[in-house]
Amino acid sequence: MDSIQFIQEHLLPALMEGGAMTVKLILLSVPFGLITGIIIAVGRVYGNKPISALCRLYVLFFKGCPLLLLLFMLYFGLPPLGISFSPLVASVLGFVLCNGAYSSEYIRGAIQSIKTGQITAAEALGMTRFQGVVHIILPQAFRRALPGVGNEIIYLIKYSSLAYMITCIELTGAGKIVAARFFRFTETFIAIGIIYLILVSIATKVLSIVEKKLYYPGMGPTSFK
Amino acid sequence: MTEITYVLKVEDIHKSYSGTEVLRGVSFNVSKGETKVFIGPSGTGKSTLLRCVNQLTIPDKGRVWLNGEEVVHSHNKINVYRQKMGMVFQNFYLFDHLTALGNVEISLIKVKKMNKRDAKEKAMEELRQVGMEQKAHLYPAELSGGQAQRVSIARALAMDPEVMLFDEPTSALDPELTGEVLDVMKNLAQSGMTMLVVTHEMGFASSVANEILFMEDGKILESGSPEKIFYHPEFERTRKFLSKMTELYGDLSQKNG
Repeated sequence: MDSIQFIQEHLLPALMEGGAMTVKLILLSVPFGLITGIIIAVGRVYGNKPISALCRLYVLFFKGCPLLLLLFMLYFGLPPLGISFSPLVASVLGFVLCNGAYSSEYIRGAIQSIKTGQITAAEALGMTRFQGVVHIILPQAFRRALPGVGNEIIYLIKYSSLAYMITCIELTGAGKIVAARFFRFTETFIAIGIIYLILVSIATKVLSIVEKKLYYPGMGPTSFK
Repeated sequence: MTEITYVLKVEDIHKSYSGTEVLRGVSFNVSKGETKVFIGPSGTGKSTLLRCVNQLTIPDKGRVWLNGEEVVHSHNKINVYRQKMGMVFQNFYLFDHLTALGNVEISLIKVKKMNKRDAKEKAMEELRQVGMEQKAHLYPAELSGGQAQRVSIARALAMDPEVMLFDEPTSALDPELTGEVLDVMKNLAQSGMTMLVVTHEMGFASSVANEILFMEDGKILESGSPEKIFYHPEFERTRKFLSKMTELYGDLSQKNG
């Protein structure tokens, strides 16, 4: 069997399937990770003492826990305690918890960079603190956090390969299985690398479109010319 | 004397910041359609007083009544009171991510729960009142200080407040831009709006105020008609402050705001 035949008949079908799983992992993890990040950041800045402390603890815990260990815990460690997840759910949960912790730091920084006058003006108009945060602070903070949060999304695309370790066969896992069976590691890993590069390129493009869309005058110099 | 004739009653407001007493018992009443102007040296608690009226700053002691109802800082109610007390800030505090129109619209949509079309119509009307309808689609960063302050006045007026609180509305503006903001305020006073104004614009104070309150050291030292305060002040301290302002900004009788 030559390389072309291997790629066409075995590698590509496997990578298509694995790639689909990777995309699924990403598309499920990104929105929930973002929501988690926003909630944790808001809780830390605007929450009362216990809530703020709880959010800080969350960030400390999930930043301090290696992602692989977290996935092992979710998939292998919890069933004995009576909680079990499918490989997909455990993976997404792990990614969301981790991504949320990191993203929350960018969002918190962005929230804190917004002058207090913005929320003061909102409250003076009769908005509740919550309305002020949702309608005035977050839209501005999100825009400022986007470059950092975008980076986390890019990371997520790559560390999604860890799902393979808990039997969620995504891109890297699918490739590894095929490569081992046919002993074709070089072609396989190059192909996987190219697919990750494509995924990252797409994500980068989407992020820059969103960034452009959310730009408003007065934000300072732009990076898109 | 019936309390209900006053739109706003402020009684014995005290406020301290880390041991320093900024307000030391301030009381006054405001009738409908009245413009009260607070003057006095910087750091005498004028701005803090305004913020205590709508409870952006919670006073340590003292009470405020709006239309005979006590303003209390209970979670839901305070937002209802604040809707009735429009506030204009020294630094405008326009929402940076929204256009002039968006700034005026947002509280109509989110607080008054108006539908988008009505909110837009009302917001445009308010912008027209302050001569900003041509700039409705510009962002705060694209406006001059005077334009931004006019938008912030429109934003406050859109809520149909019963009282307007102006916290040094022209202090952050270049001298040539203060006129356009003062004109808007003057028209507002003449149209019967009840206003509390903290300002250093003595020309405006003398021509628009029904009463001027001179504050010093966290207290109202004296109050009265512009005529009384400017020409027959009771206290030497008031006279000194006013002559200093005249030195800085010219004879106020030559200026009509």
